[in-house]
Amino acid sequence: MSGVIKYFADILHGIKTLWGGMRITGKYFLSPKEIVTQQYPEIRHKQKIVYDRFKGEVIMPHDENNQHNCTGCGVCEMYCPNGSIEIITKKIPGENGKMIKVIDKHIYHLSMCTFCGLCIKVCPTQALAWGQNFEHAVYDRSKLTKVLNKPGSSYKGLNKKKEAKS
Amino acid sequence: MDTKLKNYIVKENGDIILNMGPQHPSTHGVLRLEVVLKGETVKQVVPHIGYIHRGIEKMCEYDTYKQIIHLTDRMDYLSAHMNNEAVCLLVENALGIEVPERVKYIRVVLDELTRIASHQLWWSAYGMDLGALTAFFYGMRDRERILDIFEESFGSRLLHSFNTPGGLMHDVHPNFQKHTMEFVKYFRKKLPEYHQLLTDNVIFRNRTQGIGVMSKETAIAYGVTGPSGRGSGYSCDVRKIAPYGVYDQLEFEEIIYDEGDSFARYMVRMKEIEQSLNIIEQAVDKITDGPYTAKVKPIIKLPEGEYYQRVETARGELGVYVVSDGKKFPYRMHFRSPNFNNLFVLNTIAKGHLIADLVAISGSLDLVIPDIDR
Amino acid sequence: MHDRIYDFSQLTHHIDQALRSVMSPTWTVITELVIIGLIFLGFYALLGLFLVYAERKVCALMQNRIGPNRVGKWGTLQTVADLIKLLTKELVYIKRSDKFLYNLAPFIVIVASFLAIAAVPFAKGLQAVDLDIGIFYIIAVTSLGVIGILLGGWASNSKYSLIGAMRSGAQVVSYELSVGLSLLSIVIFTGSTRLSTIIASQADGWWIFKGHIPAVIAFLIYLVAATAEINRGPFDLPEAESELTAGFHTEYSGIKFAMFFLAEYMNMFLVAAIATTLFLGGWMPFHIGHWDAFNRIMDYIPSIIWFFGKVFFIIYVIMWFKWTFPRLRIDQLLKLEWKYLLPLNLINTIIIAFIVMMGWYF
Repeated sequence: MSGVIKYFADILHGIKTLWGGMRITGKYFLSPKEIVTQQYPEIRHKQKIVYDRFKGEVIMPHDENNQHNCTGCGVCEMYCPNGSIEIITKKIPGENGKMIKVIDKHIYHLSMCTFCGLCIKVCPTQALAWGQNFEHAVYDRSKLTKVLNKPGSSYKGLNKKKEAKS
Repeated sequence: MDTKLKNYIVKENGDIILNMGPQHPSTHGVLRLEVVLKGETVKQVVPHIGYIHRGIEKMCEYDTYKQIIHLTDRMDYLSAHMNNEAVCLLVENALGIEVPERVKYIRVVLDELTRIASHQLWWSAYGMDLGALTAFFYGMRDRERILDIFEESFGSRLLHSFNTPGGLMHDVHPNFQKHTMEFVKYFRKKLPEYHQLLTDNVIFRNRTQGIGVMSKETAIAYGVTGPSGRGSGYSCDVRKIAPYGVYDQLEFEEIIYDEGDSFARYMVRMKEIEQSLNIIEQAVDKITDGPYTAKVKPIIKLPEGEYYQRVETARGELGVYVVSDGKKFPYRMHFRSPNFNNLFVLNTIAKGHLIADLVAISGSLDLVIPDIDR
Repeated sequence: MHDRIYDFSQLTHHIDQALRSVMSPTWTVITELVIIGLIFLGFYALLGLFLVYAERKVCALMQNRIGPNRVGKWGTLQTVADLIKLLTKELVYIKRSDKFLYNLAPFIVIVASFLAIAAVPFAKGLQAVDLDIGIFYIIAVTSLGVIGILLGGWASNSKYSLIGAMRSGAQVVSYELSVGLSLLSIVIFTGSTRLSTIIASQADGWWIFKGHIPAVIAFLIYLVAATAEINRGPFDLPEAESELTAGFHTEYSGIKFAMFFLAEYMNMFLVAAIATTLFLGGWMPFHIGHWDAFNRIMDYIPSIIWFFGKVFFIIYVIMWFKWTFPRLRIDQLLKLEWKYLLPLNLINTIIIAFIVMMGWYF
């Protein structure tokens, strides 16, 4: 007899637990306000979709005079674990005819970057920063190799040095 | 049908050899399980690994200790923060660097947040393994909140190389504590739904209870750690037996179940989520103001010798072993990854079960394949 | 008045008369067959597209998602786009497969589901064939589909497919019993297997209300067993995604895969249609005892809307099952049938026979 009772108790217990699960899904079915999906390409124009600190890519901020903070010292290149950064420097004649070393090209391979952030942390002049752009898809891999310093830009500190001297 | 075709499907004695993976929905990564089947009964499971071997240990020998951090992220990507912490703790202990209190508590909070996120993902994926597809979305929905906290503070959602020997890369976001507490409150409300949807479900219980029983002896013999080991009654929580950070100052329980079946492993993880929430509540209030990093030399050189540090990741005990010859690169670096041991117990505990149980068992071991191959 | 305006038999009668006046009786029958065939073909395709869309929307809402929303308004054309994609996809040739059976299998599956639709009464006077043995015919024809599944699994020379097909065989053979027995309970109530008679007997109340608790039990058992018979979750073992990748249709691609896919949804419709016809009164409106005003208002809703409303409700319940529960294991599946559903069903049938004998139903 106890076997029969257990048999039916099992069935009732099973139905009860199954109904418990169905109540959860049924509840969400009837409450469309709980939808969490973001409609991505449209939402881009309406609200900010990434936080301010988002690591999208490494950028080099330039001011309005097209000047940046990079001295071309090469510490970022040294710290980068995967060789995503190449620094090419050139020598230009300075004030008193002395040749000084300045950055020619700060090459950044986005395709190799692992976003560890060491280059930004170690930069002695805070020349690098995180950019929030994350839409990096391109049709050609070579487009992922970027030159961070804009053409014609110069080191901010050069003017300061000049000012200090004069 | 020609005989050639017959032999291709079935062996002489009626056994079928089935290759599960490297592309298979329930191996969760590029793992290949060579399964010998008799009908639907599993006779033998032979895991084949190495499909995602990247040589991280060798790469570490050519990186400085600061650069190694970002490689450890990519081993067990679901407990990225704990992996980072293991290397950082090793370097700090070797050099005797005193880490600020603030950093210690932030690390604990992050550890537990990562653990919850990992268990949520596991819960989702386990539901999916067993066919409950809606569970997947509920787990992912709540995990999103943790990832948002991470993104706000560190800028990345999964592989945040946020630790550095001596402290943190930069300070956490001012809203960090507030948002963490909001999450704890939110998730305590949602957790009963998890239990109602899956834990109490009679189909789920039948699928997991008594399936893949691993005895305590087997767990110790294979070195199975983490929730999988604790489901077999093996007390192996590194946070308790060899506390690091400030874990010895916080109150929490080590969850141990003695049954050793898939359901016990499941319950350990679900209870661990609750414990992690408790730990976060205790630790968040203790985050004091202060520096976010200790003073560390730009180039770290460990004194000659051997070093070992272990931490508790979401999957078990992660050990970092370093042999240093006094230079800025380690001479040899080895990781004792928990998943490697957890995988190879599969043959012992899955033998004699059905192929559907094999999925339930391998799911309950919570494997992350890149951690096995490294 | 409302008896006449929604009666399709008038319309079909007029068409019949018009055809007979222009051609010989033989040609009339042939023309009518072709017309009905074309109508069903169109209906089949449209319903398949709609059901796939509905399933995606239902599961999306349950999972806190929006679901398809890009193609057309609210994504209504999403399934059309998917169909075009499937039609243009390459049909993969499997090495060392039994090509004849491999190509035949999807057709068997789809033909089986197509045959059954002929006997379904959609509305008053809207039924292609009103067979004496309507229920028997539907049960017999729908279970033909498993032959296609078995052939497809065997012929594609893949171990996943083979295991899936064998599971399907065991599953359908077992659950056919429960489906048959629970339908038998209504046959006992009405004393007829003709579908139009069964519907006519529910004019004063649906069997699920008239038949007391045993009818409710029979309905629930039918719902579970039918879900299993059409291989839908939580009984979707033949295509268990996480174990067998896709089960019996792992190796199928393009339109052949689409046929399996469509047949699954059509079977779901058929199962819901049978449940509606037998338990929920078919196209009969909902009546409550002596509330004459209420009953009159209900009568003004066309019978075709009643039918499809009930069918889609049952389809929704079946979808609800799928998106909530984990999958069963094969031995648990068979245990559920042989240990729980079948004994309960047998006892239930005896009780119903007793009730009918004593005349205790309304």
